[in-house]
Amino acid sequence: MGFFNKLKEKLTKQTNTITEKFKDGLTKTRENISSKVNDLVARYRKVDEDFFEELEEILIQADVGFDTVLELVDELKMEVKRRNIQDPLAVRDIIVEKLVEIYRGDEEEINTLNIQQDGLTVILFVGVNGVGKTTTIGKLAYKFKQEGKKVILAAGDTFRAGAIEQLEVWGERVGVDVIKQSEGSDPAAVMYDAIQAARARHADILLCDTAGRLQNKVNLMRELEKVKRVIEREIPGAPHEVLLVLDATTGQNAMVQAKQFKEVTDVSGIVLTKLDGTAKGGIVIAIRKELHIPVKFVGLGEKMDDLQEFNPEQYVYGLFAGLVEEENARTDDGGDL
Amino acid sequence: MAFEGLSERLQQTMQKIRGKGKVSESDVKEMMREVRLALLYADVNLKVVKSFIKKVSERAVGQEVMKSLTPGQQVIKVVKDELTELMGGEQSKIATASKPPTVVMMVGLQGAGKTTTTGKLANLLRKKYNRKPLLVAADIYRPAAINQLQTLGKQLSLPVFSLGDQVSPVEIATKAIEHAKEQHHDYVLIDTAGRLHIDENLMDELKQIKEKVKPDEILLVVDAMTGQDAVNVATSFNDQLGITGVVLTKLDGDTRGGAALSIRAVTEKPIKFVGLGEKMDALEPFHPERMASRILGMGDVLSLIEKAQAAVDEEKAKELEQKMRSASITLDDFLDQLDQVRNMGPLDELLKMLPGANKMKGLNNLKIDDKQISHVEAIIRSMTKEEKEKPEIINASRRRRIAKGSGRPVQEVNRLLKQFEEMKKMMKQMNNMTKKGKRKGFKLPFM
Repeated sequence: MGFFNKLKEKLTKQTNTITEKFKDGLTKTRENISSKVNDLVARYRKVDEDFFEELEEILIQADVGFDTVLELVDELKMEVKRRNIQDPLAVRDIIVEKLVEIYRGDEEEINTLNIQQDGLTVILFVGVNGVGKTTTIGKLAYKFKQEGKKVILAAGDTFRAGAIEQLEVWGERVGVDVIKQSEGSDPAAVMYDAIQAARARHADILLCDTAGRLQNKVNLMRELEKVKRVIEREIPGAPHEVLLVLDATTGQNAMVQAKQFKEVTDVSGIVLTKLDGTAKGGIVIAIRKELHIPVKFVGLGEKMDDLQEFNPEQYVYGLFAGLVEEENARTDDGGDL
Repeated sequence: MAFEGLSERLQQTMQKIRGKGKVSESDVKEMMREVRLALLYADVNLKVVKSFIKKVSERAVGQEVMKSLTPGQQVIKVVKDELTELMGGEQSKIATASKPPTVVMMVGLQGAGKTTTTGKLANLLRKKYNRKPLLVAADIYRPAAINQLQTLGKQLSLPVFSLGDQVSPVEIATKAIEHAKEQHHDYVLIDTAGRLHIDENLMDELKQIKEKVKPDEILLVVDAMTGQDAVNVATSFNDQLGITGVVLTKLDGDTRGGAALSIRAVTEKPIKFVGLGEKMDALEPFHPERMASRILGMGDVLSLIEKAQAAVDEEKAKELEQKMRSASITLDDFLDQLDQVRNMGPLDELLKMLPGANKMKGLNNLKIDDKQISHVEAIIRSMTKEEKEKPEIINASRRRRIAKGSGRPVQEVNRLLKQFEEMKKMMKQMNNMTKKGKRKGFKLPFM
């Protein structure tokens, strides 16, 4: 109870709506981790090997990488021994605690964007095909616009059919300019143009779209390298953020994606999209731990305002949201446990 | 993180057991733990893994493995057989309606690759089966989705049916069928909007389309990189729509693609096609056995062989074989070989198909540079005809000239010549061993 309630209290004091969104996004299905963990703690009378094995399995099904799961379970075992815990209910709190700890490591949380106080901030978006780069840019453009910033979009996906038009539609929706060239042109040239335009029009933020590419395509990754180089050359210190967009439904391959894109473009943060489905995107925990790339935003739907800043506690809370609800209900009923 | 293939892991386990003379039940259990791990790393759903392991264990504990001299390999064989079987045995084809047009509905999550796959499928139908497909733009939600399909249609010179984004997809689909009948199209491919399987309204819309157009195929398009959630997605789409098959996309990435197994296991619907690239001809029939190998990290030898067969000119191959037998291969022949290897596709992709390639340290992250082949090519092309035929005449000054001509350092020229010499020697040895045994592959200078 303790940790959950503390966490919940803390979160309700924070942004109510965001938490709601998180919860909505993450509890749409009954088959979520929390109900499974609940199920688990209800079924076991004591904390034993079987209990841990089943816990392992629950986390694996959330795509939390296997190694991370093993580490978590090991730490849990130690903690349980240290505190001499027998009751499975008590372990539940530690599970959340440890998950957040593993995600964070020793590092300070940096989930805000590196926005320049004066002058242009350039944000480059990278990722494999179909993860939602263009949509994320649209949403983020909306967010910045709401904050009163002048935003320009660079249509750097010159490859996929209809990609430029897709970004243009977003530009219209949000009411920001889109810098583009024709399909098939050099994306690096588009970036060059966009930077010149952003300067001339005194924009605050330049959001750069790129074509989706699988991380094992050498030539395409080189192209991306070049895009980044052109930006660097034009504005020292830019791009100020390189955001890797990851699809929450992706499994273990997300780690490989993060690794390769980081190598080529020095990724500074992750946007985890499609978290409103049944997928949990648990691999971000492993990515943060191994590659030290923090998640900065999560996509929770298709509407313009469905992009939220990431907060690890909220994320884990979201994963286990059902737990708290059920526990409260139980207490209200004068529950039987 | 980089998970080496199942075969290597099993070998490690076997080493522990080796010397025991007999494989016990607990040994099998230990091996099964490795199998379980391999499948989980490949993103096969946990529940599927569990029932699979149970089945395989029963067979593995049985006679065939215990009595075998190489139990490790036997286990792998059992695992692979079972996996292949689970994956659907043989290939299955796309349906053809007894009365045209055949209606195909493409459904799936956002970003799975429906629109691209629709284009590829239309292209395949026309090219391979001589059909006359009509593409239908029924994704009215995603910005520019219609535009995307129209662009693909233009690229392929195929007609695209669209009523804009203000008409309901149900109506678009219905009108499209009428249009197809009038224009004598024998296939209608309906590209629907991506949607979450838990979005009731949008799922209802699909049901309505299904009601109206009575499709012969409902293909679920799934990203091969999907993790554990693949089971939820596939079950949900199947329960609500009754899919007839699956298309697995983005398989040209480096994912193991365990989702394929999960989907197959929970829906029992065949995987009909796989997407292998961004070009419009990169759609191929699904091969269960190859997928089984890939999931287990055992390389895709079959695909490699087929690729080689497709790329290698038979005549030339024979000629080369003759030359190899007499060890009279020249640098010109070698150049030919290089071209043929190149025709098979990017080298790193080829390498990935080799079993054990992922065991070799660093190879996983190694990007084989096609440039290196170009360098070898440049060096050989900088030689005179005589030099190519009789490399032994290449002295120091010739080497310098060749280096200059090709723009490569002299050391590289030296290395190439030396390797070529070794290759010839190897061929001689091979010939001496004569017909007994298989020919071992020779090492190319850039490997």
